Amino acid sequence: MTLRTDLDSDTSADVVADLPEDADQWTAKLRHAAVEALPPERLMPDRQPAYVASWIYVFGVLTLASLAVVIVTGTVLAVFGPTWWHVSSEGLFVNSLHLWSVEVFFFTMIVHLWGKFFMAAWRGRRRATWITGVVSFVVSVGAAFTGYLSQQNFDSQWISTQAKDGINSTGAGAIFNVTNFGQMLMWHIMLLPLVVVMLVGVHVLLVRRRGVVPPFAPPDRVVREEEPTGLRETAAPVEQR
Amino acid sequence: MTSSAETANHRHGRHFNPDRDVEEWHGRYYPYDLVKEFLIALVVVVLLVVVLAVVFSSPDEKPVTVKSWSTSNPIDFAQTAITELDGTSPVATYGPPYNTTAGSSQSIGPFSPESWLGVHHPIDTANDFVLAPLRTLPSQPKVEAAVAKYTSAPTDQQAKWTAAYEKSIASPKVSFIAGTLTVPTGSYGPVRTIIGSLTSMARSGALDGALLSSRQFYGTDYTKPLLFIADGTYLADLAQNQHLSGDQWGMMNETGNYPGQAWLWLYTFWYQVPPMNSSSNGDLQVWAIMMVLTLGLALLPFIPGLRSIPRWSRVYRLIWRQHYGELGGKQSSG
Repeated sequence: MTLRTDLDSDTSADVVADLPEDADQWTAKLRHAAVEALPPERLMPDRQPAYVASWIYVFGVLTLASLAVVIVTGTVLAVFGPTWWHVSSEGLFVNSLHLWSVEVFFFTMIVHLWGKFFMAAWRGRRRATWITGVVSFVVSVGAAFTGYLSQQNFDSQWISTQAKDGINSTGAGAIFNVTNFGQMLMWHIMLLPLVVVMLVGVHVLLVRRRGVVPPFAPPDRVVREEEPTGLRETAAPVEQR
Repeated sequence: MTSSAETANHRHGRHFNPDRDVEEWHGRYYPYDLVKEFLIALVVVVLLVVVLAVVFSSPDEKPVTVKSWSTSNPIDFAQTAITELDGTSPVATYGPPYNTTAGSSQSIGPFSPESWLGVHHPIDTANDFVLAPLRTLPSQPKVEAAVAKYTSAPTDQQAKWTAAYEKSIASPKVSFIAGTLTVPTGSYGPVRTIIGSLTSMARSGALDGALLSSRQFYGTDYTKPLLFIADGTYLADLAQNQHLSGDQWGMMNETGNYPGQAWLWLYTFWYQVPPMNSSSNGDLQVWAIMMVLTLGLALLPFIPGLRSIPRWSRVYRLIWRQHYGELGGKQSSG
């Protein structure tokens, strides 16, 4: 047996390299599946297809950047507590940063959504990417809504007393009480941000896994052919580009 | 030569659908630094947000309290309080999740989730908003006697007193001078003392604390004071002045000249059009529409016709104009 000290270099790598891999191990299986689905060059590519050349592509990354600012400013507000921004100019400024980052977040996200709609970005096994994007948008609406309810000001009072009727009509009011400040604050600073970040994370990984959707084939390259069951669309043979 | 997507489709026994499938890209690639792009985007967003925050700040209108409401408009408070006592206020007749008022739940045909889920935040407005808070007042024998007389009276007697008081409090002769609510003489029994004392209690600020749902030291549930305040006209009048009422697209607005929740425009839109703008089931109808539309948006890739709109619209020609331009150039030169 060889005794090793901290001064010996690269000890763990040497030891691991000597061991045979246990192919049945769950950890190994998960690692293989993850690497196969998202090898590093696909996870963080340094090349993009030539068609990725439009200002519309910027709005996806702008949405991510806005979300980062929303989370950082929200974290600062959480650190100092819900009263801070009402009683200090520094707190009011951070609240303003939070508010405007949310506005920018939604603006960029909606432009991104419309852009992806007009690209029919669900094509080519990208439907899960589209669905996670839409669900992220819907959950973000809930996160922003509970933020408005957590402000402890006139807006919160009015919005909660008006919104209760819609929420109650669905039956959700039984467990989701918009006039309960403590409950809304928890949803706003913990539950919904967690869901949004997880969904956006999955969405981005799916984008990386499937890549950016290619353009539609020009109409003259898609022909219609008669099928016994009716008119079907199929791709004409295309030349390798 | 067929594309690999097409090959895969044939392998699975289905034909290429341009709204579902793609040809794999075999064209050029070019360097694209995602990390650098994100960091530049982050700097741009931070600068933009800082400028917006410095120039426009953020709204923070003080909340209405029961004290501020009853001080600013004691007659509106008293008019609301009597409806809470006699059980005719909006909250008293709301139904689930606050109480069991028959026929108050919204429904679309047999679909009425509000009534299925029942009462989860029980509110008895007479007791919770009026009588119980008055009982917390220390050393007030006159108030204690009035509450005892009211609660021990038969229901029809209570109704006679409250009906008489409710009619009088709506009269223009009602005044509030030097801290005293003056109502024309009538057969109100103990109700005059009850509402007058509650108004004084509200103006002192004691009612705000007494209405908190939690009887613990720490409380974060403002359901009862909020619903009481919302039953009056004071809050709604302030909201009207701030362009926040329902017919002013209020759900998506906020106080001051701020963009608010502009993304709720479609939700708010449905409240402006018939039958939702006048239906007693309007909230459920709007939510049903929005749930169907949201589900449709999420499942758009599966819906024939709708998923073809992007291809038919040809907006993609604008997005990928460089690509199609190069493709056209190649074809014409070839």
